[in-house]
Amino acid sequence: MIVVLLLLGVSLAMGGLGLVWFLWALRSGQYDDLDGAAERVLFDDE
Amino acid sequence: MSATALAEPASPVFPACAHCGAPSAPGARFCCSGCAAAFEIIGGLGLGTYYRRRVLDPAARAPRPDDSPPRHDLAAHVRSHPDGSHEMSLAIDGLQCGACVWLIEQVLAREAGVLTGRVNMTTRRLRLVWTGAAGRADVLVGRIEALGYRLIPFEPGALAAADDRTGRALIRALGIAGFAAGNVMLLSIGEWAGAMQDMGPATRSLLHWVTAFLALPAIVVAGRPFYASAIAVLRRGRTNMDVPISVGVVLVAGISLADTLAGGTHTYYESALMLLFFLLLGRVLDHRARGRARATAERLLALRGAEVTVALAGGGSERRRAETVAIGDRVLVGMGERIGIDGVVEAGESSLDASLVTGESLPVRAGPGMKVFAGTVNLGAALTLRVSAAGSGTLLAECVRLIEAAEARRGRFVVLADRIARAYVPVVHVTALTTFLGWWVLGGAPAGQALLIAASVLIVTCPCAVALAVPSVQVIAASRLFRQGVLLKSATALERLAEVDAVAFDKTGTLSEPALALEAVEPARGAALADAARLAAAIRHPLAPALVAAAAPGLAADGVTEHPGAGLSWTGPAGETRLGSREFCGIAGAAAAGPELWLTRPGAAAERFGFVERPRADAAAVIARLRAAGLAPRLLSGDGPGAVARMAAAVGITDWAAGLTPVAKVARIEAWAASGRRVLMVGDGLNDGPALAAAFVSASPASAADLSQTVADLVFQGEKLGPVADALTLARRARGVMRQNLALALGYNAMIVPLAASGLVTPWLAAAAMSASSLAVMGNSLRLARG
Repeated sequence: MIVVLLLLGVSLAMGGLGLVWFLWALRSGQYDDLDGAAERVLFDDE
Repeated sequence: MSATALAEPASPVFPACAHCGAPSAPGARFCCSGCAAAFEIIGGLGLGTYYRRRVLDPAARAPRPDDSPPRHDLAAHVRSHPDGSHEMSLAIDGLQCGACVWLIEQVLAREAGVLTGRVNMTTRRLRLVWTGAAGRADVLVGRIEALGYRLIPFEPGALAAADDRTGRALIRALGIAGFAAGNVMLLSIGEWAGAMQDMGPATRSLLHWVTAFLALPAIVVAGRPFYASAIAVLRRGRTNMDVPISVGVVLVAGISLADTLAGGTHTYYESALMLLFFLLLGRVLDHRARGRARATAERLLALRGAEVTVALAGGGSERRRAETVAIGDRVLVGMGERIGIDGVVEAGESSLDASLVTGESLPVRAGPGMKVFAGTVNLGAALTLRVSAAGSGTLLAECVRLIEAAEARRGRFVVLADRIARAYVPVVHVTALTTFLGWWVLGGAPAGQALLIAASVLIVTCPCAVALAVPSVQVIAASRLFRQGVLLKSATALERLAEVDAVAFDKTGTLSEPALALEAVEPARGAALADAARLAAAIRHPLAPALVAAAAPGLAADGVTEHPGAGLSWTGPAGETRLGSREFCGIAGAAAAGPELWLTRPGAAAERFGFVERPRADAAAVIARLRAAGLAPRLLSGDGPGAVARMAAAVGITDWAAGLTPVAKVARIEAWAASGRRVLMVGDGLNDGPALAAAFVSASPASAADLSQTVADLVFQGEKLGPVADALTLARRARGVMRQNLALALGYNAMIVPLAASGLVTPWLAAAAMSASSLAVMGNSLRLARG
């Protein structure tokens, strides 16, 4: 039983971390130009 | 329309211009001097890799620099910050691909003092931040325009900010719903597996509590877009798809919570969350597709807030806002200035470009006693006007009012999804209620169990597939049209477009290319053409760019004298050179058909240059395609009968009307609509604005007046008319797919509801059935992306 609780806690914490990360990325404007981001990766900054 | 009807005649092979890719003269590397200069600049900055990396988008405007880029008053759009930096936002026209973004950003990065020059490819906007003088905006914008892009200053207004917030809120809700739905589904699968392997009630209860802890906050937060919309629409006494979604989700969450508290066996958290996730996905895609169109439409109305120069009684003059000018005031209008008021010419001789107001392509003469209207441009010498109407009294303002009135009359088109929702919502809720009463009253089941079965009816009918049926098609069709250079501005445009059975075109700038073109000039007359172009380069006149474009690159002549409404003269060592009308150049004989210019030089015979309004390259083919598709094409123009008849014959339209005022155009459209036709109006001028608004659905080229683009339901880019026909074809296909989707979704409900009502549907079956129907609908919609 303990192992179930432990696994539940760990997996939810990891998932929650991912969610927080996503919300941070959204807030910092990284989702504002998805088309541009897809193209930018192909060019180096010279 | 068949696939063969879609094919266009192959164009003759010309060498492509090394910069913009347009056909250029045989043997030439560039199509024009502007492109050659742009190529130089790019090579000089060491950015030549641009040409290898880019992919030219045939639907977008070619990156050909304008000979005389339209001047915008940039200073008004610059925002200065306390730290000495300046910021401005611009809309970019002519972006082809990622390489263009790279090129623009690299060129700006090489400019001293530029802190940020970042292009947003989705909204096609450039954000510029620089230090130094605020006036450097002109230099920076000039650099980019020299590469062939057009920049339009753009105020990120309150509307755009609210729009960005909505977009972010939707993505946030999607992220939260996705996180919760994924985790809850994992736990639920564990629970369903456990149910077959003697999981103890304590473990099951634990899993229920953990899922409740995850699901309830997510349902509250992620469902907010739907709850807000449902509450708003219910307040107005109507209903839409968000109502059953909200009721279903809230009810299911409530019942599941009650079941969790009571230690029951069935919870439906995962169904509620999955429903929200699927629906939010559709909303986010829809918002993105339409966000692009909105970004284009947000371009400023250049006509608003115009300033005029008022001559003061005691001498001198002052700049005042147009609407504050009193009737009877005297206003000075300089060369190249747009007139901001209606009035009568008191002094001065000039020619006016009235194309915006009347749609006439050629300049009209203006002299003392003539009436002039706001929106026309003074092409020649300065004029003094006595104001007869200003602000809301002008013909221009009248046009805007006509548009508003026509839009109000057009009424609200009820989209397919809402029509379905109106019938669907009561049926679903009555079925659920009947199920509950049936089990509780007739079947004698405990209230809790009856409620659970009723809830399962609500869940399986939760209009996941129905709600996806229309938006999924719209998203795919809109993004496909966007790639073809057509922006859908209105959410209902696609559905309205599918029902169109008649098309009305404007002439100038819509069927014809936006600028007049020079008739073919034999090579032997090259020297004469070059001389004419040197004179023409010095002035602003609708015919001048055509002359300059046709001639080899050369310098503008110095000391050109303009004779308003007549022509130009330039005195060189050998004598006087004249370029202008037949009378001005002293040529005997009656005027020929169509606009012309004459050139007289000392010691040479007079030369005639004829100008033609060229139909767009594919105009005739598009008209033929429309006719083949059973649509009646018609030409409505404000121009004279001669020019209209010629254009109608050139593109193959038999039904045309000339000399129409904006009001007459609206009357024609409405008479046509009254006879049961659903009219698509395609137009570009301000004078088409009311007709665009009055039509069932409307389209404008991207070169159109701002006002027309704002009114139109779709805006098409590029030099061709083909996108209009493409959009019609795709809209009809999209309507077909929407109907199939709705049939699929309703068929699924017809099958599953009896099962649910008889209490046979368990949570896992509900989840599986819901996903399957949603995927079937999405898969069917995706067919539209191909073929």
